[in-house]
Formats: sequence, structure tokens, C-alpha cells
Amino acid sequence: MIDEQTVSRRNFLKTSALTSAVFSLGFYWPGSGKAAKIVNAAEANNFGVEMNSWVHIDKSGKVTIFDHRAEMGQGSYQAVPQIVAEELEVNLNEISVVFAQGDAKKYGNQVTGGSSTVRGSYKNLLKLSATAREMLIQAGATKWGVPKIECHAEAGHVIHKPSGKRMHYGELVEAASKLEAPKDVVLKKRADYKLIGKPLRRLDTPMKTNGTAVFGLDKMIPGMLYAAVERNPRLRGKVKSFDDSRTRLIPGVKNVFKVKMGVFNTYREGVAVVADSTWAAIQGKKALKVEWDDTGFEHLDSEEIYKRQAEALKTQEGLAFKKQGEPNEIIAKATKKIDVTYETPYQYHAAMEPLNCVAHYQEDKLEIWGPIQAPEWVQDYISKEMSISKEKVIVNMTFLGGGFGRKAFMDYPHEAAVISKEIKGPVQVVWTREDDATQGPFRPGITYRCEGVIKDGEIDAFKVKLAGQNNSHWRGGKKDVPNGSASEGFLKPYTDSIKNLAIMDIPFETPIPTMWWRSVYASTNGFAYESFLDELAHEAGKDPLDFRRAYLKEDRLQKLIDKIEEVSGWKSRKKGEGFGVAITECFSSTVAQVVKVSKLETGGVKVDKVWAVMDCGWYVNPDTIKAQIEGSVVMALGAATIHQVKFKDGMAVDNNFSTYQMPRIADIPPIDIHIMDNDADAGGVGEPGLPPFAPALTNAIFDLTGKRVRKLPFSLLGV
Amino acid sequence: MAKITLNINKKEYPLEADPQMPLLWAIRDLAGLKGTKYGCGVAQCGACVVHLDGEAVRSCVTKVSRAVGKQVVTIEGLSETNSHPVQKAWQEIDVPQCGYCHSGQIMSAVVLLREKPNPTDQDIDDAMAGNICRCGTYLRIRAAIHLAADEQKKAAPQG
Repeated sequence: MIDEQTVSRRNFLKTSALTSAVFSLGFYWPGSGKAAKIVNAAEANNFGVEMNSWVHIDKSGKVTIFDHRAEMGQGSYQAVPQIVAEELEVNLNEISVVFAQGDAKKYGNQVTGGSSTVRGSYKNLLKLSATAREMLIQAGATKWGVPKIECHAEAGHVIHKPSGKRMHYGELVEAASKLEAPKDVVLKKRADYKLIGKPLRRLDTPMKTNGTAVFGLDKMIPGMLYAAVERNPRLRGKVKSFDDSRTRLIPGVKNVFKVKMGVFNTYREGVAVVADSTWAAIQGKKALKVEWDDTGFEHLDSEEIYKRQAEALKTQEGLAFKKQGEPNEIIAKATKKIDVTYETPYQYHAAMEPLNCVAHYQEDKLEIWGPIQAPEWVQDYISKEMSISKEKVIVNMTFLGGGFGRKAFMDYPHEAAVISKEIKGPVQVVWTREDDATQGPFRPGITYRCEGVIKDGEIDAFKVKLAGQNNSHWRGGKKDVPNGSASEGFLKPYTDSIKNLAIMDIPFETPIPTMWWRSVYASTNGFAYESFLDELAHEAGKDPLDFRRAYLKEDRLQKLIDKIEEVSGWKSRKKGEGFGVAITECFSSTVAQVVKVSKLETGGVKVDKVWAVMDCGWYVNPDTIKAQIEGSVVMALGAATIHQVKFKDGMAVDNNFSTYQMPRIADIPPIDIHIMDNDADAGGVGEPGLPPFAPALTNAIFDLTGKRVRKLPFSLLGV
Repeated sequence: MAKITLNINKKEYPLEADPQMPLLWAIRDLAGLKGTKYGCGVAQCGACVVHLDGEAVRSCVTKVSRAVGKQVVTIEGLSETNSHPVQKAWQEIDVPQCGYCHSGQIMSAVVLLREKPNPTDQDIDDAMAGNICRCGTYLRIRAAIHLAADEQKKAAPQG
């Protein structure tokens, strides 16, 4: 066992020579499923494990933290140091943050998805930082020859109170680095936190107000050329031939050739234009004449996709995701039942920074820089696809100009690597907005058939069937099993307590590439399940919030319901005033939202206000949480009332913001956000605020107008 | 290709560029100033807003030849110490999330506040309608513009 052995001085020196920092602490994963162990550089070296050096302190006392996750707006760049600074006892502004390179062996899971950065690492980070602090205190105590218990740490210093002696961490790092990491350290109580739980300002904000934050598109390396690629507008199509005669006339164009990049289990083909500026590359791409081979797969229109989903829901029963009691029998016998269909559209991520990637292929290594959500996946995938050993594929994360799930895929870095290899030099591949908007993968559009029976004011039978593409199929997932996220978003106490219930997934495929989009299936499920619950509440003659309360008996959920009721003034609302509620759960956090709408004199409705209550358990920065909910509501507003990716002849129709319109500043209602305080484990923050908005809005419209919106997107002015 | 000189942030940049090239790509790829962003290329998102002789323009649809002989100011040139009242207000309210659109947002807001030192919500909606933020920071943008207006008023000599 690593923590039971001693570290030889010889090995320590060897390691110190390898690292610039004097004191480094990191984690070590002894094996899958086992808890992370904390090691210093010497121990890591001694036992032949990969040191991830999560926290470095050098002789000047400068603290450097490796952020293992991407920063795409959600706040990992703030959250990770805020956690570390608390237990390490340093000032937040004395910490520099460096993005870690992709390396699963060192950093574990680095995929910035599933709202998992804080909830997946905070316990280890707290323990790591407290361990480092205790080692520094021990080093100080030994140096002064005083008992450790008389010493404490504060603002980057070790202090011996009885004598008034104090030493900067920088003076102690060498001694501390020779100590073995203590096995058990005492973590602070939440009430004693000085930084965690406070709305501290983000460390990355100043860089984002003067243009110095380096996003993927801003990365430059010496000798770098620029490339744009004309890709087949249908994923499964191929390049038959191309004419580059006009392209080669454009000043600055250097090279034109066919490229192929992997997209999960398939490939996408295109023609790359390499030039000495982005503009020349884009002009060269426009001047290409490409003939595509689009045989062997269907070219679908949106209408056909939804016709097939509707047909499937009428004729097929699907695979049982969850089934209990006798829902079919009760529904068949019922004299009165609700049988309704909800339809949700395909969505485009539309990050403000279009996809791009810098690659530099050299004989002995490949280096990548880009806005990347999943660096170790990129490393792994490119290593396999291009037959380069993994340690020679170096993946660097820049800041991401938005991600929302799209930048977790490997296609664009792979394509950049292929182009760099072809031209034998560094290149930045720039996707135009049109490329970004039309190539996918998209969030799948899903149709839901919901059937229910109310008896004595309660749900007697509850059945939801869904027909839509399963993202896992693009990654080689089994096709004879139901979608494992068929009820994602819907609170578990419902599925546990409703006696007669069925959730059925009808396998549905198209050649259109689909993948994660912020909050994933909860973004569509939330609308269907929470609208349907509202319909059932009205059928039962109950108040929609009281109806939910009766099923959500857990203490945390009762408190959440009480809170949203209180802050939104739910009880004092008048009948038909236009209030709607929805509550969803995803990535271990639950969010309740109430939306208020009113009629416009000119027709249609407007959103007057949104109230949101978040229960994410333990949390780091309440202002980050508020920002994420604000953003989630805005994104959900667009998804509910404007956005749909339409397909015609197998291709996405809208290719820029001129037709794929974004919500603008005037469209945003006031949003009043509250966070629950409790001692539960941390939940996700970046995504859970999105799913409840659409159903809360349409439930409010029903309250105001008696009209039930069952298809997204819908126009607020058309209600 | 033509030899041109751009004056960006009070510095001369002798460049060789296709006169048709949008100012955006000349600023980014030729002058190497990456703070101005590409978002859409068709004047729909506002990520590329710079000041041309003090006016806010979409650099993605402004030909580089139009900027010759004029003063171009980008986000990097707004202040030397990240201390323009609009930058300070953005920091105070922690407006950015991903941050990609905010060079353009800030450049648009600066022109608004010069023209309307006391903007109403309606003024802000009108002036900022051309700037998209996918992270949805709009409410904070509004608050920061009001804050910057207040700070400007305090800083102005009392008459």
C-alpha cells in the first residue's frame, strides 16, 4: 500500500528535479471504484504512479492549481480554486489556474458534462487541500520546535500563536514536500467556511472584459496556417469528386484536399482548403465545386420524421424502461382518460464560438489546442484513429466560448489533426457559423404519448411512451434495450410511488446525427412529464402544486415546494392569473420554477416573471448558481418559443442567426432565484435550471387561457 | 493583395491584405489582435463590434479598405488597465459566463453610454438588440450598463 511505505530521499530529489514546483500534491487512483489517495510528488515517483500535481506551491509561495475540467462559462475556473483556497488557507487572488492537459490516468474523468465538475471532485479537492495545509503546518512546527497543535494556517502563512512567529508557505514548501501525506485530516465545518458558499467574483472575469482570455479561435502558434472545410451536408454522405480550380486562384490559398473525420461510429467527408488567413480559407471553400455521393441512406424531411414518430406511438408498445402494476389494463377499462401527445424539436447548440481546433502534427508527437470539453476522450480517440501512442497525443484546453455539450465530441480535433498531418505543419481549422449550425450532432427531437387515469383525485394509471433518437446509438450503444434516460428529469418519487405505471421507449432511428445538448433528455422529458402532470392535476381538480406535493414526500422536496410557493406568491395568486409550475431533477439537483404570464393587448402572451428555487445540496458559489439558472432560463426560453432545427432532404435548413434567431436582451423577463441550504451532497449546477422552464411556461399559459401547448417550439404571440 | 496601413488602438499596423477582406480577419489574423470575435460573419450577432472613428461597426462585414485612414479601437484598446467604466461595471456584476460575446457587448455599450449617458431600459434594449449572448447574461448586461452610467455620472465634473 502506497501510504504505508516510506519515501526515500533519493527518489524525492529525482522527482523534484522533474517538477518546477517545490511542493506538489495530487491524487492517485489505486483502482477502479476505489477512493482516490493523496500523494506528493515523491510518493508518486517512488511507487511508479502518475502524479497529477493538482496543487503546486513554489518557493515564492505562489499557488498553482490544475483545473482538470473545461471552462465554458459554467464556472469551473472559479469553483475549483474557491474549494482549494478554503482548506489550503490561501487568498483566492494568490492562486493561478492552469488548465490540465487531457490525461485520464492522471486526472480521472475530465469530461465536462453532466454538470459534474464540482459534485464529482469536491470531496477529493477539500481533502487534498486540507492535507497540504496540515503538511505545511507540520513543517512550520518542526522548524520552530513547537507542538503542531499550537500552530495554525492563515492567508498563506503558518502561525505559532504563543510566540507570534509566522512563516510564509513559500519558506516551508521544501520541508513540507519531504513529509509523508497524513492519512486523515480534519475538514472544516461548513459554518466555518470563509470562502465556500460566498458569492465571490469569478477569477476569469477580468480576462473576459479586455480581450485577453484565450479561446480556441484565439490560439496562435508560429507558422500556423488556417483551414476551412466544405463538409458533406449529410453526415453519412461521401465526396465523389471536387473541382478546386477557382479555389486555387484565391490569393493566400495553399492547399486543397479531401479529408475524412470520425464522428463517433461513423465518418464525415469533406474538402479542406488551407490558406494563410481565415478569410482566404473561407473564400476558397466557397469557390469549391464538390459532387457528393449521397447514396445508401435516407434523406429525410422534418415532417417525415415526426410522422413516423406519431405512427410509431400509435402502433408500437416499445421496450419497457419501467413498468409496474397494471397500467394498460386500467387505461383500457377506464371510462375517462387523458391521452395526449407532446412533441419536441431537434435543437442546435449554437455556442457563440463556432467549432475550431489547432493541431500540430510532428513526427514524434501530435499537439492539439482547442475549445474542448473532453480532452482525454480526444486523446484516446485520435490515438486510436491515427495510430499514435496515447502519450504522444497532447491535448490542451483553451477557454470555451460556450459548449452546451457540442464540444464534448472528437470530430473537430480529429479533423484538425488529419489536416495538420497532411500539410506537415500547424493549422487552425475554423468552422464557419454555417458549418457549425448545419453539421450537428443535434439534440434529438422526441415525441411522447402520455396516457393517464385519475381516480378519487389520485393517479390511478400513468403511461408515457417516447419515440425519438437515442444518443447512445451513435456511440455504439445496444439497440435492443430501452433508452436509459427515458425518464431523466422526472422526479423519482413519482415513478416509485405511482402504483400502475409504464415508461416505454420505442426504438427510433434516422441518419441525422444526435448527441447531448444542455440537460440532455431532461430538456425534452421535462416538458412532456411535467405538462402531463399538470393535466392530471387539473383532471383531479387539484391545485397543481398541492397535487405534486402529495407525491413528493421527501423532506428536501417538501421544503423546495414550500419555498417556491412562498417566493412566487403562489397561494395569493388569483384564479386564471397565469401562473404555472414545474419541478424537475437532473444531475442530482432539483429545480422548481414558477412562471407568470399575461395577455398582450396586441394578442399573444408575455412572460412577466420567473421564480426559480434550486436544491443542489452543498455548493461553492451562489452567484455562479444564479448565473447558471439565469442562463438556463434564457436558453430554455429560446428552445421553447423559437428554436427548431428543420430538415429538408436530409439536411439542416437554417444555417445562421438570421434565420435561427436567438433571444435578445428585450426578450428576457426578470428572474428571481433562490438556493436551498442543506447538508446534502453537492449536485450539478450548469444544467438543472433548464428543464422546468418550458413546462412551467406552458402550464402558466393553460392557467391564463385554458389552452394547452403540447408542441414546441410555439410562438408566444400566437397563443 | 494590397499594402495598407491600419491604425488600431493608436498603433500603426502595416499589412498586406485583400482589400475585400473583412476588417475582422485583418484585425485577428493579420494584426494578431484576438480580442475581437468571429460569431456569425453576417452582422447578426455583434461579437465582432469595434469602433471605427468612434462609431460601433460590425467588423465581420466591414471591408478592411474602409478602415484605412481611420481610427480603429478594439476591446484591447478601450483602456490600458481594464478600467473603462463599462469594463469595471462588467467586473463588478460578474457579467460574463463563457465570455466570448462580451468584447462586442462592451464595445456596443460604450457607444450607447456616450450617446445616452442616462439610458432607460428601452434605450438599452434598442442599443443592445444586435448583440447575442448564448449564455444568457442579458439581465446582468442591463444591470452593468446602468451601473456604468451611474459611475460615469459620479466621475463627471459637477456643474
